[in-house]
Amino acid sequence: MARRKPRRGASGGGSLGALRDSTAATDAAVVAVFREEAGRLTGALVRLLGDFDLAEEVVQDSIVAALEKWPVQGVPDKPGAWLMTTAKRRAIDLLRRDQRHQEKIALLERSTLPAEAAEADDRLRLIFTCCHPALAQEAQVALTLRAVAGFTTPEIAAAFLVSEATMAQRIVRAKRKIVDAHIPYRVPQGDRLAGRLDAVLSVLYLMFNEGYLSRGAQVAVRRDLAEDALWLARLVSGLMPDQAEVIGLLALMKLNLARSRARFDESGEMVLLPDQDRNLWDHVAIAEGIELLDKAGAMRASGPYQLQAAIAALHSESKSWEETDWHQIVLLYDALLRLSDSPVVRLNRAVALSHFAGPEIALGEVNDLAIALGDYHLFHSTRAELLDRLGEPALAREARLRALELCQNPAERSLLERKLAR
Amino acid sequence: MRYVLMFAGSVDEQEMWEKLPKEQLAAAHEAVNKWFEDHSKAGRIVGGEELRGPSTATTVHHKNGKVSITDGPFIEAKEVIGGFAIVEVKDLDEALEMAKTWPGGSLVEVRPVVDHSAH
Repeated sequence: MARRKPRRGASGGGSLGALRDSTAATDAAVVAVFREEAGRLTGALVRLLGDFDLAEEVVQDSIVAALEKWPVQGVPDKPGAWLMTTAKRRAIDLLRRDQRHQEKIALLERSTLPAEAAEADDRLRLIFTCCHPALAQEAQVALTLRAVAGFTTPEIAAAFLVSEATMAQRIVRAKRKIVDAHIPYRVPQGDRLAGRLDAVLSVLYLMFNEGYLSRGAQVAVRRDLAEDALWLARLVSGLMPDQAEVIGLLALMKLNLARSRARFDESGEMVLLPDQDRNLWDHVAIAEGIELLDKAGAMRASGPYQLQAAIAALHSESKSWEETDWHQIVLLYDALLRLSDSPVVRLNRAVALSHFAGPEIALGEVNDLAIALGDYHLFHSTRAELLDRLGEPALAREARLRALELCQNPAERSLLERKLAR
Repeated sequence: MRYVLMFAGSVDEQEMWEKLPKEQLAAAHEAVNKWFEDHSKAGRIVGGEELRGPSTATTVHHKNGKVSITDGPFIEAKEVIGGFAIVEVKDLDEALEMAKTWPGGSLVEVRPVVDHSAH
């Protein structure tokens, strides 16, 4: 696999561009430090100061400072301690501006963050705060990336293809709401946990898909959202080891990532599952994913992520597209539909059904989704594939053109264009 | 931490309420009263009122030092505020829990109150 170089200074300007010349190895090490330290430090500071906004801001400042200084001075021996000291100093500076904060300053000066404060729960509390349903989901994603995984605002803006100003405003607004509306810094307990955990998992899955689906030649320099989402899922599963769905999500991510080497050909064009060279799949990662899925299954608390992982596992275990156990996959989709009926799940089920019951029956089911999915490019490209198999090239072409109109992703667009040109 | 829970519903919902048979209306009022009672006993209610409908509203406009008075609410909306409660709870989650159990209508807007003593 070609090494991706994390992208910094997406806007091309300012101090963030400084790291661009450093080696990929250093970049990876720095990213690992930010991931490992940002959430820990922010979490400890929120608890110490009771001020989410300030804590998050000073940690972000320390990351930006590191991006400026480390390429010049070298990465310090104890990068975590460096970030902590920088964040602490910055917090004291900011707090000095107000006489009433003497007490907090004293607290900070005495503390040895986060070593003394290494409460396992801190980062988990932070994640639940960032993914609070009172915040817009796009803000939940951005805040989680910044506060927990140590992304900078330009990196998040680049990942979601919005301007830095827009992203900065989104983050400022969300943080202000956390403070002003008193969104608690707490892991919800009892029967409130399930719903809130769902929100966390859907943020991680959205993050993963954003990174995974847009992987391609043109994103070769992006800090890898999919890898970061996997890291976050692993973090949550480590902190909440008794939650089967967290493990299910982790398994799903692992199984998908295991196929990523086969998803693009040498010229950077996207290759869909039926045409992928299965020798390129990472079979060690597949085995790990399946092991995780078994572990989750043993907890006897099924859920949508485990079911999706089970579907991915069936694909991963099959020697070829033709030999896939379509019957089992259709049954898994049925189980998924019983948990939450959604037109997208129905669409995927129809694809599996087409290999099991034939394209005609599948097309009927897909056509039933026209109202719900009329604006979804995969609805039209799925129809196109089925129409091709039914010997209706003219109708297939029409559907594919409609898919192209609706599709934003460059890799998927290019795939559609190639099929249209055949 | 103090919040205001604003109870709202669509205009259609409002009309539906007015057409409700007596027993059903009484039962609905009973549920609302019980909500207030339960939360009062738990020390979470600071105050609250049910409001008469938007047709009874009068709006006073201040503009360029002039004052004018018009009939009706300041904004013509499909949703109308039917009442409010001022609550004192630990954080947003507790306020949201209260709003989730509100029996009197389909919408509750939860807003934190500015604490003037803190700044």
